[in-house]
Amino acid sequence: MPPVIDIQHLNKNFGTVVAIRDLSFQVGEGEIVGLLGANGAGKTTAISILLGLVTPTSGLVRVFGRDIARDRVEILQQVNFSSAYTSLPSNLQVWENLMVFARLYGVPRPAEKIRELLAFLEIDNLQKRICGELSSGESARVNLCKAFLNDPRLLLLDEPTASLDPDIADKVRKFLRQVQQQRGMTMLYTSHNMRDVEEICDRVLFMQKGRIFAEGSPREIMEKFQEKSLEEVFIRVARSGDLEDAEGAGK
Amino acid sequence: MNFRVIYGLVLRYTYLYRRSVPRLIEMIYWPVMDLLVWGFLTVYLRDIYSGPAGAVTFLIGAMIFWDVFFRAQQGVTISFLEDVWSRNILNIFVAPVRLREFLAATYLVGLFKVTVIVVVLSLLSIVLYHFNLFSIGICLVPFFANLILMGWGMGMVTTALILRYGQSVEALAWAIPFLIQPLAAVFYPLSKLPPWLQPVSWCIPATHVFEGMRAVMYDGRFPLDHLLWAVGLNLVWYAVECWFFVRMFEVAREKGFLAKFGSR
Repeated sequence: MPPVIDIQHLNKNFGTVVAIRDLSFQVGEGEIVGLLGANGAGKTTAISILLGLVTPTSGLVRVFGRDIARDRVEILQQVNFSSAYTSLPSNLQVWENLMVFARLYGVPRPAEKIRELLAFLEIDNLQKRICGELSSGESARVNLCKAFLNDPRLLLLDEPTASLDPDIADKVRKFLRQVQQQRGMTMLYTSHNMRDVEEICDRVLFMQKGRIFAEGSPREIMEKFQEKSLEEVFIRVARSGDLEDAEGAGK
Repeated sequence: MNFRVIYGLVLRYTYLYRRSVPRLIEMIYWPVMDLLVWGFLTVYLRDIYSGPAGAVTFLIGAMIFWDVFFRAQQGVTISFLEDVWSRNILNIFVAPVRLREFLAATYLVGLFKVTVIVVVLSLLSIVLYHFNLFSIGICLVPFFANLILMGWGMGMVTTALILRYGQSVEALAWAIPFLIQPLAAVFYPLSKLPPWLQPVSWCIPATHVFEGMRAVMYDGRFPLDHLLWAVGLNLVWYAVECWFFVRMFEVAREKGFLAKFGSR
């Protein structure tokens, strides 16, 4: 079985700015992989390329063994995405928004599916509420509900717990773990919240200046850099400005 | 082309309009205001002008025809902008939606707006000004079809420019159609334009529709030549506009503009 994500020698330049530099990695079925790095490290560009929103300058991007440039729609049928920085139309009810996306993803028996997910996320009381009137925690859960509508094989999450209070963030993390265990879903997860990553991710890819400079389980990364938490690793990498310096300091 | 996806997108716009009274009012408010201004101007001109009635009343017809084009264009561009304004455009483009399905849904929204406006304006013009749009006869169908196709094409161009240059140029959604209005000889015969400008005007499909409409209203002749020119030019322009839209979409993907739309 081919890996769910297979990126080989990916490069992306925006004019003279190099956003991704010879990036290669794979993500296997059922893995939860964290994509970490400071702002501008290339995480969002990598996710945008995986979603077909950005075309790469060069390199190979395969999802489920298929080329994203050629089979974008067929791939996206089995993928979903949730970001703290996008929102569902604020002037529609939760139910209406979810019904629209259920149609776009071709969900069979959409009403039943929406009810099931709302109950699972404990937000069935929100279905008649206007999205623009929801709190950030409620919005995050509605976004996740949209992300699970098509039972995706691959879920791309861009800081799903940003702007959530610790209680809701904890519930979201538990929910993601639970869903992953029940359905064997593959997840690629970006976050600036290192606690999210330590708790959820099986493997971490640390990015800096458009490439991966450290890879392993959260524990392996901490051991490599001789730090007690991923947060400390993150701060050292962000402040070093140069990945060789950070690696050197880690040795 | 997946009709289920088109239905999903149309459903989104249906919910939006059903839930927003200001949007529904806005849809007919401006055309009705235009009709009142042009209608009463027509009444005044009819009183002081001694020539054939059709030479004056065509102003009302021209105003309604113009709105057919304008609303078709707005259907495409405003539907896109609605998703940009609500930061939903990324959710749409990361769903399994093909560009042609997205465009088809916006075309249907434009068609719905055109239908509502034509019904409202034609009824009002009968009641207020005794002007029956349907007296134009069977020509009305190809005239409207041409204006709608041109409106869709122009909607793609304005949307493509917004995709390429960002929300800062969203005023083009309203500005570009009005750039065409003086050239398309909407409210006056083409012969009134300066001679050097007339060849440019002939290249616009709407010019042939408005000239054709005047031909029907002045002397009741079926303007086959104008209709054929309008269809031919529309097909050429529509092909160019499709190419332009796809190209700008690709540029937006290459430069990362699409990913930035409506996020952060």
